Amino acid sequence: MSALVTSRNIAIPDEAYDLLLTAHEGLTKDESDALNARLILTLFNHVGDLDVIREAIEVARQ
Amino acid sequence: MLDDRYALAHRLYPYERAADQDAEVAAHHPVVVIGGGPIGMAMALDLALRGVRTLVLDDHEGVGEGSRAICFAKRTLEICDRLGCADAMVDKGVVWNLGKVFHGEDLVFEFNLLPEGGHRHPAFINLQQPYFEKFLVDRIRQAQAEGAPIEIRGKNRVESLDVRDDGAGIEIMTPEGPYSITADWVLACDGAGSPTRRGLGLGFEGKVFKDSFLIADVRMKVDFPVERRFWFEPPFREAGDSALLHKQPDDIWRIDFQIGWDVDRDAELKEDRIRARIDQMLPGVEYEIVWTSIYTFQCRRMESFRHGRVLFVGDSAHQVSPFGARGANGGVQDSDNLAWKLAMVLNDEAPEALIDTYDAERCYATDENIRNSTRSTDFITPKSEISRVFRNAVLHLSRRHDFARPFVNSGRLSVPCIYDGSPLNGADSLPGGPAQTRPGAPCPDAPLEDGFLLHRLGTGFVLLAIGQEPPDTSGLRSVSIATPNAETRARYLVAADRALYLIRPDQHVAARWETATPVEIEAALNRATGKEMA
Ligand SMILES: Cc1cc2nc3c(=O)[nH]c(=O)nc-3n(C[C@H](O)[C@H](O)[C@H](O)COP(=O)(O)OP(=O)(O)OC[C@H]3O[C@@H](n4cnc5c(N)ncnc54)[C@H](O)[C@@H]3O)c2cc1C
Repeated sequence: MSALVTSRNIAIPDEAYDLLLTAHEGLTKDESDALNARLILTLFNHVGDLDVIREAIEVARQ
Repeated sequence: MLDDRYALAHRLYPYERAADQDAEVAAHHPVVVIGGGPIGMAMALDLALRGVRTLVLDDHEGVGEGSRAICFAKRTLEICDRLGCADAMVDKGVVWNLGKVFHGEDLVFEFNLLPEGGHRHPAFINLQQPYFEKFLVDRIRQAQAEGAPIEIRGKNRVESLDVRDDGAGIEIMTPEGPYSITADWVLACDGAGSPTRRGLGLGFEGKVFKDSFLIADVRMKVDFPVERRFWFEPPFREAGDSALLHKQPDDIWRIDFQIGWDVDRDAELKEDRIRARIDQMLPGVEYEIVWTSIYTFQCRRMESFRHGRVLFVGDSAHQVSPFGARGANGGVQDSDNLAWKLAMVLNDEAPEALIDTYDAERCYATDENIRNSTRSTDFITPKSEISRVFRNAVLHLSRRHDFARPFVNSGRLSVPCIYDGSPLNGADSLPGGPAQTRPGAPCPDAPLEDGFLLHRLGTGFVLLAIGQEPPDTSGLRSVSIATPNAETRARYLVAADRALYLIRPDQHVAARWETATPVEIEAALNRATGKEMA
């Protein structure tokens, strides 16, 4: 059984996506990379579960 | 012909002509240790204390000057305590608990090793490696005086080995010319560059890190607190990409600068260059430079530590980057693992197959050490642009958010390995017992009414009975704790009311039960001594 949620899980996807783009607005490439990295690590901690993280990395790599 | 490769800090075993050099037929020795570094000396001491006649051959006449290792972990001290030399080390060493991590100007966070109470030894001491080695040799001299069968021959360089099925012939060079001896067992403790390993054409594969560190031990009188300070991207930027400041005995401080891969070693080792870096780090401080060196680092190991009757122990078998202090600390655990096994085999108390478990258990432990050192190194010296981005993201988050701090890796503590899956492990039949003392685990210390548990366990197989009378097992020593205190409960019982632990001579757990019959204990003892493997 998959530990990662791969079914639709966000009520207002456009809103979430917009949050992401807005956060990056006006940033240089380096600043954006750094922001992404901090975001990933923060979400990592929220998830907490190594199996979920492993599966998410697999999805991202496909 | 026999020039020193390094200067000596202590000339402890000057060359003396040995009777073997005048023998008509090559003299025979049960065990020969090649190399008198910290691991060779610990190995020889442990064997001799177990009654095994042991000869150490070292190509120098004493302990080298360069400090190298400074951090010695609790487990090492516990092993040295069993060998009888931990007190000298702890008395001389600097005990430290506090570490501070900076990124640029800012303190990112601090950690306290706060050793939990009820252990005889501190989590870590800092002590220059030459002192560590000297205390081992001092103890060897004392053991010799008490009759332990141990001999050290300085300026005896092993030139070649002629390996046979039942031992080896050894060619030795001395200031007075060559001679040869034979041995049943050869322990190659001849360091990372191991001539023995090269002579046998054995591989040493692994990962080389493309960075180098300038290391300087300086003497200065300052009232800095006794803490480990580590900077990522320090504010004294020209000094290095990372830096470390750490206290040693005798007002000596260890300073490390990460200076990059493509450096001109000779130029960087010039005193004015080194002073330029240190002056940036410690403006206005007066100091004297005691020892400097530039090192690069590898994480690698031999595929197998056993080649017939030749066994590789310490740096000759494996090398790790210094972050996390797993080199000498790991090597002392190799020695701890091998000594009792070899002694039992030589005394016909166990089959030779027991020696294969040295290879199995210590390769497993080495992989853990390599994994940890590699991860620290990857964090400290990011090897790609994206790994630097993540590293700095961790440091950035850590200033304000505690959740990110565990990701910060400026070197993880050296902790002993739990030999999960070892062929020597027996029953684990203690429902509710703590994971930290499962079979394969090193016994944690605990305070007793009159001393400490590890001390009481002694140096041979022992049955630890907690909350019950030990069953009558002839020939097996037992230690019993009728009413365990809080520490013993937490470390050995937790939810269980009583327990029996069968403990190996290296103080790792062999098997545990709520209670057991003499037959069950006997079976576990047979397993732990390799009798099921033969
Ligand atoms: C900068 C630095 C910092 C370190 N810090 C730490 C730390 O904080 N904690 C830690 O645990 N470890 C640390 N280490 C690692 C530690 O120094 C080594 O793991 C340790 O010295 C290994 O001991 P050894 O006895 O296996 O080998 P070595 O110390 O290399 O000893 C080998 C011995 O064999 C002798 N020899 C070689 N060839 C022959 C021959 N042909 N015949 C006879 N004798 C021979 C040599 O002269 C030497 O005496 C550090 C290393 C470095 C470089």
